[in-house]
Amino acid sequence: MTIRVFVPRDTAAVSVGADRVAAAISAEAERRGAAVEIVRNGSRGLLWLEPLVEVETTAGRVAYGPVVPRDVSSLFEAGWLEGGAHAMRLGPTEEIVWLREQTRLTFARLGLEDPLDLAAYERLGGLVALRCALDLDSRAIIAEIEASGLRGRGGAAFPAHIKWRTVAEQPAGQKYVCCNADEGDSGTFADRMLMEGDPFALLEGMVISGLATGADAGFIYIRSEYPAAIATMSEAVRRFTAAGWLGADVGGSGRRFSVEIRRGAGAYICGEESAMLESLEGKRGTVRAKPPIPAIAGLFGRPTLVHNVLSLGTVPWIIAHGGVAYAAHGSGRSRGTQAFQLGGNVRRGGLVELPFGASIDRLVNGFGGGTASGRPFRTAQLGGPLGAYVDAAMLGLPMDYEALAAAGAMLGHGGIVVFDDSVDMAKMAKFAFEFCAHESCGKCTPCRIGSVRGAETVGEIIAGRDVAANLALVEDLCEVMTDASLCAMGGLTPMPVRSAIRLFGEDFADRLHGETV
Amino acid sequence: MATPQSTTDTGLAIAACALHGNRPTALLEVLHEIRARRGGIDESDLRAVAGALNLSRAEVYGVVSFYGDLRVPAGDPALEVRVCLAEACRSRGAAELAAELEQHGVVVAPVYCLGNCALAPAVVQDGVVHGRADAASVLARIAGVPA
Repeated sequence: MTIRVFVPRDTAAVSVGADRVAAAISAEAERRGAAVEIVRNGSRGLLWLEPLVEVETTAGRVAYGPVVPRDVSSLFEAGWLEGGAHAMRLGPTEEIVWLREQTRLTFARLGLEDPLDLAAYERLGGLVALRCALDLDSRAIIAEIEASGLRGRGGAAFPAHIKWRTVAEQPAGQKYVCCNADEGDSGTFADRMLMEGDPFALLEGMVISGLATGADAGFIYIRSEYPAAIATMSEAVRRFTAAGWLGADVGGSGRRFSVEIRRGAGAYICGEESAMLESLEGKRGTVRAKPPIPAIAGLFGRPTLVHNVLSLGTVPWIIAHGGVAYAAHGSGRSRGTQAFQLGGNVRRGGLVELPFGASIDRLVNGFGGGTASGRPFRTAQLGGPLGAYVDAAMLGLPMDYEALAAAGAMLGHGGIVVFDDSVDMAKMAKFAFEFCAHESCGKCTPCRIGSVRGAETVGEIIAGRDVAANLALVEDLCEVMTDASLCAMGGLTPMPVRSAIRLFGEDFADRLHGETV
Repeated sequence: MATPQSTTDTGLAIAACALHGNRPTALLEVLHEIRARRGGIDESDLRAVAGALNLSRAEVYGVVSFYGDLRVPAGDPALEVRVCLAEACRSRGAAELAAELEQHGVVVAPVYCLGNCALAPAVVQDGVVHGRADAASVLARIAGVPA
């Protein structure tokens, strides 16, 4: 009997040798005459254990990891094809506590099969929602989205149903769905993992959103730093189209919906929705002034539903299980689950999908196991490069949009980057300004000039020159950028800067003269 | 940035435009295509693309100069090693890694996030992402020695 062995194809797994491991397993199986079929699945999200290889035994899937090519021979020797004992054996995959304690809804299928196997997708619950949606009218679909409490997962957390309803209510004519897959925030990789690991779910969500809003064309704007996601999504579009789920007659319904993949070109600002629309039109990615909002005048001036990958990727679960079932998870006004991403200096990094409301501590110390370096925890940055730093005293805070906002932080796209006590927060504040200067589209003055002046001024503070006066100047700049920038790039760059100064003032103290802040 | 020298070969640019139906909205894809084939975009490409897509040269130049991927000159050695210098990788010493590589004479280009934040620091060499990178493994790959 041929035994299936799963070796992830996810970029993270490949970055630590999954391709070489797959080749070694294949060669070793051939040498031993063992009947093995290697399936290149998506990652399970336990990234610190990659390459995590699973063997499908009669008693279920058993995980081994992290596997390196030179261990492959000993794994066969240990009888791993029957789930044999080995130093790398992690036990039945579903029993691994790190995975078992999660609530995988958006990522329910992550890592189970070859992500481009459409038959497997259907076997694992795919297309249930789309078939259901084809029998519903626009109002009923939007009512489910409203009941789910889904809010935009890109970071702004705007209620999804309001956007959907606004687009649906625009006069008939050309409308678009644009999926923002320009996931440029450091510490975030959930969009990438969904596109590489369950691409049909994103397409299914897009088709459903098109049915609900009257849009018949969709674009997925993927950053060029994600070549594997671009390749996987492009192939998924071909297969979905060939199977009749995209095109002029979606599922035989007579409804039309097409999807085109577009590549970014190395500009962080194109993750801002209006800059993304400019880029999709073939222009420089400069931010548009609002109003009008994209739901009324978006791509090519037409009504456009703009959503992040995770928002659209969650739609099939909501339609298949009902909005109420989704809203049963979560805390306060943050309903459902969030795919938290643990990265940076953390021992057990990866993708953790949990209902909103989990504490930072549970993520950083529970799932994360503390720092990778073993040194004491000092800070974590939540929500990407425009998010706030938190200190140890804030670890009890729940990961919930409103609770974090009340504490001067933000959840953003769910990324958590951990730092140990060797971090210099003045340097991180300077970097926040430098990054803004590097990536600013240049349209508005507070961002374009404020970021450069900010970096210079923090540089002065680091050099110990006129520290008190320069700190006052930084605060002044932050106020102008927050209040007067056109978009979140300039508007939120002060967030990491101010939180670093507020919580870690000692790093900004006058280094030459020993004065404290 | 577009390199100053021009070639007379505009065939590639014309073909790339035609491949995308000469639609001005496909400008980014057209420029990606030219870069992928030839490694860079030069003055004659700018003019050929502008003509084929019915845009001004300034509009095409404006797009080339805006996007990090498009403004790198052809054959730039900086493309060989890119080190992620965003926050997650910095928390694991990416800035120190880049400095160490430069001491070894490696031309390092920064990149801001490769989505490999749980396996930091991340680098790209010859288009392949490597996680948990250190100077020894990067230098070994440059030397052609498998890590």
